[in-house]
Amino acid sequence: MQHITNSRRDFLKVAASALGLSFSIPGLSSKAAERRGVERAKSFLTIWLGGGPSQLETWDPHPGTKIGGQVSAIKTTIPGLQIADLYPQTAEQIHHLSVIRSMVSKEGEHERASYMLHTGYRPEPTLIHPSIGSIAIHERPDDKVEIPQFVSLGDANFPPRGGFLGDRFDAYRIFNPGESGQNIKPLVEDNRQQRRLANLNATTQSFARGRKTRIEQTLHQHTMDAALRMMTSEQLKAFSIESEPAELRTAYGDNAFGRGCLVARRLLEIGVRSIEVALQGFDTHSKNHSGQAARATTLDPALATLLKDLADRDLLQSTIVLVTGEFGRTPSINPLEGRDHWPNGFSCLIGGGGIPSGLVVGETDPHGEAKGPKDPIEVADLYATVLDRLGVEYQKEIITPIGRPMKFCDGRPIERLSAAL
Amino acid sequence: MNQRRKFLTAIAPLLVVIGICGLVASAARSPVAQQPPSLQVRTETDFGSIVQRVDKLFFDKWHQANIEPAAPADDLTLLRRLSLVLLGTTPSLEEIRLFEADNPTDRIARWTERMLADRRFADYFAKRFARTFIGTEEGQFVVFRRDRFWAWMASQLQSNRPYDEIVREMIADRGLSTDHPEVNFVVSAFNEGIIDHNRLAGRTARAFLGQRIDCAECHDHPYAAWKKSHFEGLAACYGQVNLSGVGVEDNHNEPYKVQDRMTLEQHEVPPSVPFHSEWMPTEGTTRERLATWITHPENRRFDRAIVNRIWGLMFGRPCIHPVDDLPDPEAGTSDVLDLLAADFLEHHRDLKRLISTIAATRVFRSSSQHPAFDIGDKEDVIEETWAAFPMTRLRPEQVIGSMLQAASLKTIDQNSHWTSRAIRFFREIDFVKEYGDLGDDELTERSGTIPQSLLRMNSSFAAEWTKSTVFSAAGRISSIAPNDEVCLDLCFLVCLTRRPTFEERQIMLPSLENTQGPKRGEAVEDIFWSLFNGAEFCWEH
Repeated sequence: MQHITNSRRDFLKVAASALGLSFSIPGLSSKAAERRGVERAKSFLTIWLGGGPSQLETWDPHPGTKIGGQVSAIKTTIPGLQIADLYPQTAEQIHHLSVIRSMVSKEGEHERASYMLHTGYRPEPTLIHPSIGSIAIHERPDDKVEIPQFVSLGDANFPPRGGFLGDRFDAYRIFNPGESGQNIKPLVEDNRQQRRLANLNATTQSFARGRKTRIEQTLHQHTMDAALRMMTSEQLKAFSIESEPAELRTAYGDNAFGRGCLVARRLLEIGVRSIEVALQGFDTHSKNHSGQAARATTLDPALATLLKDLADRDLLQSTIVLVTGEFGRTPSINPLEGRDHWPNGFSCLIGGGGIPSGLVVGETDPHGEAKGPKDPIEVADLYATVLDRLGVEYQKEIITPIGRPMKFCDGRPIERLSAAL
Repeated sequence: MNQRRKFLTAIAPLLVVIGICGLVASAARSPVAQQPPSLQVRTETDFGSIVQRVDKLFFDKWHQANIEPAAPADDLTLLRRLSLVLLGTTPSLEEIRLFEADNPTDRIARWTERMLADRRFADYFAKRFARTFIGTEEGQFVVFRRDRFWAWMASQLQSNRPYDEIVREMIADRGLSTDHPEVNFVVSAFNEGIIDHNRLAGRTARAFLGQRIDCAECHDHPYAAWKKSHFEGLAACYGQVNLSGVGVEDNHNEPYKVQDRMTLEQHEVPPSVPFHSEWMPTEGTTRERLATWITHPENRRFDRAIVNRIWGLMFGRPCIHPVDDLPDPEAGTSDVLDLLAADFLEHHRDLKRLISTIAATRVFRSSSQHPAFDIGDKEDVIEETWAAFPMTRLRPEQVIGSMLQAASLKTIDQNSHWTSRAIRFFREIDFVKEYGDLGDDELTERSGTIPQSLLRMNSSFAAEWTKSTVFSAAGRISSIAPNDEVCLDLCFLVCLTRRPTFEERQIMLPSLENTQGPKRGEAVEDIFWSLFNGAEFCWEH
């Protein structure tokens, strides 16, 4: 039983040092926040399209074919690249990113596939892998960020988790972006809050009797203190968008997702390492075209404005942007005019943070007959590329709490997307 | 006539609302039928000797390690502990009053039985078991019915059905997931139109044998004796299972084939078990044969696995960690799992007896305080030898259950008004979502997180349950307590199941002094808030 206690203690020790460090150093100096371009430490922003966006109605249309559906294709700012006509604004900004049209995975069910597309691993019964965003904050913590370093904006069904790295590497969730952070403001005025904290201190003292080291290991006080510090941090302003020009807010879109994208940009400016903004509703088993088109009216302006905004503010060089869902949708159209789940050749957009833009990787069969796409890209390889660009040793093995060594990522960086700028 | 129609039109929305309320109430209702609680105490001769044998084992351990165990915990601490473990909430003031009025001689034993007879126990444990047996993935819509599985499991627990019978039904039964909820065990592995036999094989070994053989799906286990062929044989036991319009059934004619990962060739795999194949009968479907083999009285793994799991649920930490990766049982030796497992088997695999036994041991009844934790010396040995009751983070369901319970002076159970139960039902879902669900593996040790602290301090949940109103505990305490001392005592009993210490009185009584009306209400709200936010409230101790 020896190893159990040890691993538990080690785990808590690591936890303590991680928390202690990241919250004991004063706020970000304005200079650091102003740093731009390649000087900035890199961040990772995922635009998560929950439910499985159709590649045929987004970045890989095949108009006029048996599988094409009702979509048309439009030209974009990448020469030779055409995307679905549902994304006219994105077509103008897509040169900031590259397109992968040949993503493959083996998971075709929402929860399992979301796990796969968050972690690069298939779900396993005995181990929870950390999401890529969690690995990023684990490996590249930023002492100067007082607010959580991994933020999930929007009501994602399967938010990214810290897995075996620990719950404190879970994404901090903001369910209604733009309405400041939730649970941030004390419930009562300061004099009562002080009385509450004084009472709390008294019970903490009594409870510590005969349990001193045990209580230290719970990190209860550490997390309370960190939470209290966060409640008074200037950096919390990043969660509110009132100070943003009305025009810009309109351009992003006055909806939860649009606001989420704008908050994401503000968080990136503070130096938040990992962010996910989620847009649900792509699961179009019936009436695929109208369903996908409806989502596009929200996604297109937000994504295009975000890309332009990041580029204008010189933040793209330090931000890896990934636009993906858990899988794509079937080439064939079912009797309900819907498309079903399809992990064998779906699309994503990726760029920024030193990843080359303007490339088109992979190709799917316009007739929907081939088993898989040309030049298939595995999820693990995509994430090896991301981690590598973030400056994380993607092959690093860490010992999981059950004593099993595990690589952060079991893929290899995709060469074409790793070329230096 | 016209007027009548108008009237009907006017009340139609109301009828809809009433209908919905009715549905919500029934959804929030406990699925277990009401039964008069049996308050019989198991007598010394009944299970005294097994408790003594377990105690002796630990006393020997402590003696060898040259340490003193923690002092026994006081009765109120034990009441809180048992209530959290068995019912998922802290005790209500109503229960605390009854308990304190009870004869102190053996009230802990009697209250253990009382809780085991409570429907809240069956409901709460059914959900704990469900995480192991059917996991937490949402699963395939329509064919997979988690709610029915919960209800079924709860009624098995309530009637104290022998554990081996429960397991045999889960593994081998046929039918629809609604009519035969036990088949959800099999259906939970339904993915993309097929039953995943490998997932079933892995889960079977973990849940029922306490062994992780999942890695043998692709290669021989690196250090245990599990071979890839063992895994395939076990998966083949589920090879005939099929999901059709009539639900789960066995298709006898089709041989089970596996594709070789290297050569990509298909080869037939007959159903087999990894050891003691003589325990497997020759008659019946392959699933029935597997179920008989797993639950065979000589299969020590089966009983050790459930003992370790129940131990884990009661202490927040399994006897051997991880809960589903036990070393192979050795011949001729007897550890605490073996002792309890043998007794469990001897008594018809009676789960409630097993729980009562563990609850009566010196280890379970020890305090979580020990001088070693203050001095910072030998804490590792104390933890390793269970010389003090472990401290573990409460599950989110326990935190919200306790907050809700503390906000009410009366016990919230199946006899409560449907509105209380409906609130519990919906608010629990929201709270767990924000607090962070623990997933399948509830028995891994975790520290708290910042969002959890923020949620307890500043959320609408916190505001709601500390609020002083005419119905809430805070409001009623502030208005009915005859003096400040009693008022503070009640706050502590309701939130922490204890009375305040001298120092706590010194700090908190002044805030109540000379207050009345809303000011007093505020002072009580503040005390409630403080008690909800301490480690003492959020951790099992």
